Amino acid sequence: MAQPARAVQPAAKRPRLARGRRMYANRGLYLMLLPVVAYFLIFEYKPMYGAIIAFKQFNAYAGIADSPWVGFQHFERFFESYYFWRLLKNTFLLSLYSLLFIFPAALVFALLLNELRHKKLKSVVQTISYLPHFISLIVICGMIIDFTKPGGIINSALLALGVVDSPIQFLILPEWFRTIYVGSGLWQSVGWNSIIYLAALSGINPSLYEAAVIDGADRWKQLLHITLPGILPTVLILLILNIGQLLNIGWDKIILLYNPSTYPTADVISTFVYRRGIMEADYSFSAAVGLFNSVINFTLLLAANRISRKATKTSLW
Amino acid sequence: MVVKRSVGEIAFDSLNVLAMLAGAFLFLYPMWYVLVSSLSDAYAIAAGRVRFWPIGFNLDAYKLVFEDAQIWTAYRNTLLYVAGGTLINLVLTTLGAYPLSRSGLDGRGFIMAFIVFTMFFSGGLIPMYLNVRELGLYDTPWALLLPGAISAFNLVVMRTFFQTIPDSLVESAKIDGAGDFRILLRIVLPLSLPVLAVMTLFYAVAHWNSWFAAMIYLQDRNLFPLQLILREILIQSSAQNMLTGASQDEVFRISESIKFATIIVATLPILMIYPFLQKYFVKGVMIGALKE
Repeated sequence: MAQPARAVQPAAKRPRLARGRRMYANRGLYLMLLPVVAYFLIFEYKPMYGAIIAFKQFNAYAGIADSPWVGFQHFERFFESYYFWRLLKNTFLLSLYSLLFIFPAALVFALLLNELRHKKLKSVVQTISYLPHFISLIVICGMIIDFTKPGGIINSALLALGVVDSPIQFLILPEWFRTIYVGSGLWQSVGWNSIIYLAALSGINPSLYEAAVIDGADRWKQLLHITLPGILPTVLILLILNIGQLLNIGWDKIILLYNPSTYPTADVISTFVYRRGIMEADYSFSAAVGLFNSVINFTLLLAANRISRKATKTSLW
Repeated sequence: MVVKRSVGEIAFDSLNVLAMLAGAFLFLYPMWYVLVSSLSDAYAIAAGRVRFWPIGFNLDAYKLVFEDAQIWTAYRNTLLYVAGGTLINLVLTTLGAYPLSRSGLDGRGFIMAFIVFTMFFSGGLIPMYLNVRELGLYDTPWALLLPGAISAFNLVVMRTFFQTIPDSLVESAKIDGAGDFRILLRIVLPLSLPVLAVMTLFYAVAHWNSWFAAMIYLQDRNLFPLQLILREILIQSSAQNMLTGASQDEVFRISESIKFATIIVATLPILMIYPFLQKYFVKGVMIGALKE
């Protein structure tokens, strides 16, 4: 067969010329990339440039480039504001609790599913567990609101069981917000997050198990010595990604569930940016808050990746 | 397996089956509850009598939902956004993933880094919002279609899949005189149906469920997607708006079950499709997991 023709050519002799010819031969491929690069420039990199309004006093008439510089004024205002520590704490705690509960739950769910001997049952349970992932956030939050209201299904059950004497206003009380957020998060993502572990589990060479059985290892020993080491790299990569996202909590679900009475535990950096920026049009200040958040997220990711590479030789890049 | 199970193993297996059944019940029950409530009498729901089966079976709520012009407009809008948006997503993601999967392409590493970087760093909500306004997309359907037209993650998944297509196949087509676009259309894409199915599912579901962009970019109610109307009904509890003219008692009776009926109408299409595509998306997540 005609193996790649360019490999046969004496590319080493006149590298520049060869490269030029190669790039010309690939012009169709570059043409394909053109709209893609344009997309990323216009919709991803241009807003990165636009983030400089965090250091300016943005004025819609002057535009981004001509608005006057104000240095770190917006950042200082944010760091000194009453909300700074509250937002940081809420952002961190909501993601930390999500990580602490959802991450292991998905792993355990995948391992238990993997141990099911009945293949049909396994696939049915699996399919059902993905269901919440396909339900829109609006619907999920609508269900949460309905289930947790006084007279809703949760309060009725608690009353019937005698756990409480009077219905609890779950969504009005700040102390319940994290529980509701993480609890519903478990329902939403345990099944879907387990897919990746199941994929890793199916990648383990079956002959390892056969050898272990011959050596007399029971299923617990097989789990400890074959299954867990087999999926460890996947677990680590996911953990790095998750730690890198610790201050990157999404605003959508919180916006749908919170209200001023739960701000003390529910208001996070991104929801604050949304309120100040989109609703109150305080663009420069909220862009500064958002930029602060992006930089912290990126730093966290770099740090987690570095630590993992040092400690386990597994890393994102 | 020939090996006999020990007592402990049998106990574990039985408990495991029970635990998994309980899990499946928990995943399923909230949706089931919504379904039976949508078919029940509102007083029965309010009294907490609806648990597993409809009580006071009726289809009044559905009748109201189907008579509501606003919901139908929003439904049509959502279908258009899903179809148009997914098409744009697929075309652009393919155009990015295919060239970047070819090993001989100069500058490929740089362009990859340029794309992957956006997965980890972004300008933030406000600059993106101002960007959309500046481009003149505000309050037009394009505000929902163009931003996010390519998911860098999906592009990486698709590229990983394309890399499994041997270079020799492409090269021999080239020798036969086929251009790059022809090769992509006639040879590469027909071999990539599984990954195309996954991408279609991921992108289409994202468009179907999307609401945030519509909330911040759209003013004109005639452009609203279904999810935004749902938000008004479910979150802002304005189900009453649909019922102007009805008596107080009537309002209560229907507003309770109408919430559930709208959820069903908005969710059923996806819930009916996804089990059939399951084998594809499991594969898709696997491709994504293999190489990141």
